[in-house]
Amino acid sequence: MTATRSVYGREGMTAASVLDRHDFDHLISALTEEGYQPIGPILEGGRIIYGPIGSSSDLPIGKTDLHDGGLYRVIDRQDYALFGYNLPSDSWKQYLFPPRTLLWSANRSNGSFTVQPAIEEPPRLALIGVRACELAAIAIQDRVFTGTHPDPHYLSIRERVFIVGVNCVQAGGTCFCVSMGTGPELSDGYDLVLTELIEGDDHRFLIRSGTAAGGEVLSRLPLVPAVPSDCSNAEGLIATAADHMGRSLDTDGIQQLLYENPEHPRWDAVASRCLQCANCTMVCPTCFCSTTEDRPSLDGSSADRWRTWDSCFSLDYSYIHGGAIRSSAKARYRQWMTHKLATWIDQFGTSGCVGCGRCITWCPVGIDITREVQAIRTEEASHAHR
Amino acid sequence: MTNPKLAVWKFASCDGCQLSLLDAEDELLAVAAAIEIANFPEASREVLPGPYQLSLVEGSITTPHDAERIQQVRDESEFLITIGACATAGGIQALRNWSDVAEFTRAVYATPAFIDTLDTSTAIADHVTVDFELPGCPISKQQLLEVINAFLHGRRPDIPGYSVCLECKRRGTTCVMVAAGTPCLGPVTQAGCGALCPAYDRGCYGCFGPAESANLESLVAEWSRLDVDKPTLIRALRTYNGYAPAFRVASEQLEDSR
Ligand code: SF4
Ligand code: SF4
Ligand code: SF4
Repeated sequence: MTATRSVYGREGMTAASVLDRHDFDHLISALTEEGYQPIGPILEGGRIIYGPIGSSSDLPIGKTDLHDGGLYRVIDRQDYALFGYNLPSDSWKQYLFPPRTLLWSANRSNGSFTVQPAIEEPPRLALIGVRACELAAIAIQDRVFTGTHPDPHYLSIRERVFIVGVNCVQAGGTCFCVSMGTGPELSDGYDLVLTELIEGDDHRFLIRSGTAAGGEVLSRLPLVPAVPSDCSNAEGLIATAADHMGRSLDTDGIQQLLYENPEHPRWDAVASRCLQCANCTMVCPTCFCSTTEDRPSLDGSSADRWRTWDSCFSLDYSYIHGGAIRSSAKARYRQWMTHKLATWIDQFGTSGCVGCGRCITWCPVGIDITREVQAIRTEEASHAHR
Repeated sequence: MTNPKLAVWKFASCDGCQLSLLDAEDELLAVAAAIEIANFPEASREVLPGPYQLSLVEGSITTPHDAERIQQVRDESEFLITIGACATAGGIQALRNWSDVAEFTRAVYATPAFIDTLDTSTAIADHVTVDFELPGCPISKQQLLEVINAFLHGRRPDIPGYSVCLECKRRGTTCVMVAAGTPCLGPVTQAGCGALCPAYDRGCYGCFGPAESANLESLVAEWSRLDVDKPTLIRALRTYNGYAPAFRVASEQLEDSR
């Protein structure tokens, strides 16, 4: 097939088609038939989380989410949108980099020991509803885990994943993907991408493939070709989302700003509010810190080594012979924010923040990374003018 | 090689923590194979004489007699580990520390003169040197096994001091404080329970005591924003670990600001 002009104006992608809402379950069954376990947004206890889905009725139909600093609520929409929310409390990290992984087991015999790697064939996951910021976060973790020291556990899961992206047609209260250049539209890295279009009773999805595997699944679906108005509607909705970001972050000269202000009084101010609870790092889709736990048997004949999510907010995380090098709350918050926004760039070539806003929403006291940067910036500017 | 001798001691407590050891059904045989259970009245009437290589101490010090007895226990123990909120922080009975004990005694006992009790309920570490403190009301069975395991292998126990929130997020629970406005002590409470209460849609009660760098001031401010009044806040902080320093300071500050 020759490359056609894409619906969103980029060259080199396949033309978009339309999948009717009534046919949405064909997508889920096509993925299942291809051997994937579909994972997507589900409603549990009145909240939206990611979980296994069997059909479109498992999706949070007609629900949306409100986000603000330390505040999250799910409320009804006026329509029956399947993807009418922004972001759940968990992220795809839960699946690609699970909170707890058995790395290997060791057995002692004859004064020596043998190591058995924990080889587990992971299931093939189809992630349904991946937002642009989330796909950017996956790309960041890809760089972390598949770079100089490829992580076999991450790779084995990641290689088998099928990604169904969904463009954002509304922005959440804590979103700032536009500032970070990651959204609200998915640009690449997906197998399929959808844009949900609802006009009265007309409920459809603009759908397009980004890979051969995506094309394979597309060919199994009852589609009709998109008409130009579908494409312009989608573009319009995405543009509206981009215009309504709940937050923004000025990244101009951000490395220099943070490197030059390690003793800024704002760090003390934020440390006095920060609970050191680590929620921000747990929910951040790019945070990758972990610790290893050894679990020997009581008789010492065998041991399991586990990898568990850890956080730069825990004291032990910076424990180096004799004590923790980041012993104050200020040092730990500063480490977290500076790594996310500045040293990450030195380390991995991109920012460690995709602007998803999770750390803002899920911080129990509503500490807001965008405001913290702004505060340092403004107060720094006022110093400079003195 | 003979196995190290284990003793389990009880002070003012409910027995719940030492029962965690008996409750470790699957692992109990392995424990018994690795360590000689020399003094554990809950498990066996046979008591072997000390010294003991490992002593697990449950309960707080509430009587003059116990204040003496703990000294003997210390003398007889090479390695002394306190288990549970009573032993590590004074327990629920530490509520007496803010009250008039003589008045209680008069109200409860027909012959108060027979009652010989201290005005306070205090942690074991307030009386003798303690080698390791394992908090929790009750303690976690897994953490107890980890502590025994670490003792047997001569390594530092892997008992994280961070907050319940890490366990809450790892298990994929949606935060009750953010998503429902339910006051939760998780951010200032040490992990160990596996975030049991938030998983059942309740706020954390603080059973495992203060986390390593608990910021009580900020959490108290947040609870106030959630419309929790002062008496309720004070009660929440004075439940299982009220006399643990971080919780105690916070509740006393609240009281002073009344
Ligand atoms: S730092 Fe915050 S906004 Fe940025 S990616 Fe992480 S959770 Fe999202
Ligand atoms: S910034 Fe918020 S979420 Fe992160 S450790 Fe501090 S209080 Fe917890
Ligand atoms: S529910 Fe409680 S323990 Fe869980 S993340 Fe929220 S504040 Fe922390």
